[in-house]
Amino acid sequence: METTSRFFSGFTPNDLWFLAEAAGRTLWISILSIGFGTVLGVFFGWALSVTKTAGTLTIAPILDIFRSVPLIIQLVLFFNFAPMIGLRLSPFDAGVIILTIYTAALVSNVARAGIEAVGMPMRRSARSLGMSYWQDMRYVVWPIGLRAVFPSWIGVALGVMKDSALVSVLGYVELLKASQILITRTQDTLLILAIAGAFYFALSYPISLYASKLEERWSQ
Amino acid sequence: MNYNFHWRPVMKALPELLEAALLTLQVAALSMVLGVLIGLGLSLIRMHMKGPVRWLATTWVELARNTPALFQLFFFGFGLGAVGVHLTPYLIVLIALTFNNAGYLAENFRGGFKAVPDTQIRASRSLGMTAFQAYTRIVIPQVLRIVYYPMTNQMVWAVLISSLGMLVGFRELSGETQFFASKTFRIFEYFAITAVIYYVIVKIILGAASLLSKRLFRY
Repeated sequence: METTSRFFSGFTPNDLWFLAEAAGRTLWISILSIGFGTVLGVFFGWALSVTKTAGTLTIAPILDIFRSVPLIIQLVLFFNFAPMIGLRLSPFDAGVIILTIYTAALVSNVARAGIEAVGMPMRRSARSLGMSYWQDMRYVVWPIGLRAVFPSWIGVALGVMKDSALVSVLGYVELLKASQILITRTQDTLLILAIAGAFYFALSYPISLYASKLEERWSQ
Repeated sequence: MNYNFHWRPVMKALPELLEAALLTLQVAALSMVLGVLIGLGLSLIRMHMKGPVRWLATTWVELARNTPALFQLFFFGFGLGAVGVHLTPYLIVLIALTFNNAGYLAENFRGGFKAVPDTQIRASRSLGMTAFQAYTRIVIPQVLRIVYYPMTNQMVWAVLISSLGMLVGFRELSGETQFFASKTFRIFEYFAITAVIYYVIVKIILGAASLLSKRLFRY
């Protein structure tokens, strides 16, 4: 006969599905932010590389702020600032917006390095062969620059995917938050943390392996 | 905008916040020192050893690099707590940061070691140096020069992720800010000041690092 009632119910296969769904949300918020952020970041990187001093004095310091302040502070600040200017944002929206700007700040550096990796003589010869500025960008700078910085872009993307765990602080139920909810219910702390960690690892490790293989192959 | 900013309570709390900022710097710097030592060890193990020790080092590096820092913090905080190892918030943050730093730095060091050609070790061995001497006098100084900038970035990163300490109850800069913010509900004002403080800390670290590099790498 059971003399004590149990508050906590054990870990069930259903909970694994709950975690998998949450991993899907982590993936979704990451894909959105990395996608938007990369487009923005490439634009900023291009702007930085064409407007030498003007860019360094205007966009660069602003982007620098997002790299120098902890992401968690940025999220809390923005989430509390948005209502002041009359924006009603869900944790998801606020998370996507901040992660996008954060990604853009990181990618702008990568993109700029990529553009600058293509030597001036090569670009001049492209132009003197009759290519327009955009043709030179599309057929010369893009393929060469991409090769030079693609691995570091993957590094940034993986970093953002991992940093998306911080959106849990705003209350968005992504993988880490889901694991916390389950821990509160089941008290199986180690098991659930291990599963959550395994999900993150499974999302990140294959891509980082692929990136390092790629880097090795291209550096030969 | 229908919001009245109240900066006075924040200014009153500024001395405490700055003191907490010193704690942030302290834990980040300590985790860097430990991370560099362990990272060096991990990269050497991964290059020279075989068997379970190498497997352990590889696991460490891959886990540190492929899971979120916040997850690592929770693991050392709540995970170890669940099996009866109760650490103080300071230790949780220090251990998690060290774990993370060591993993990332080990990868950087590996790149650095690769950049120093083997012939130099053979040359120094044939000049009569022991293997230990060859490493400490010839190889590691060059590796440190190569990984200097990645190390600076890692230090900045350590300061930034130490902010996660507020989620395990550590009263460093973010934790202290959270404490004041929840006392007064002036969340935006407190975190705005904290953001400025972090920005200044990062700039100071980068400035100091570039000054130091001018002195260190004169030749």
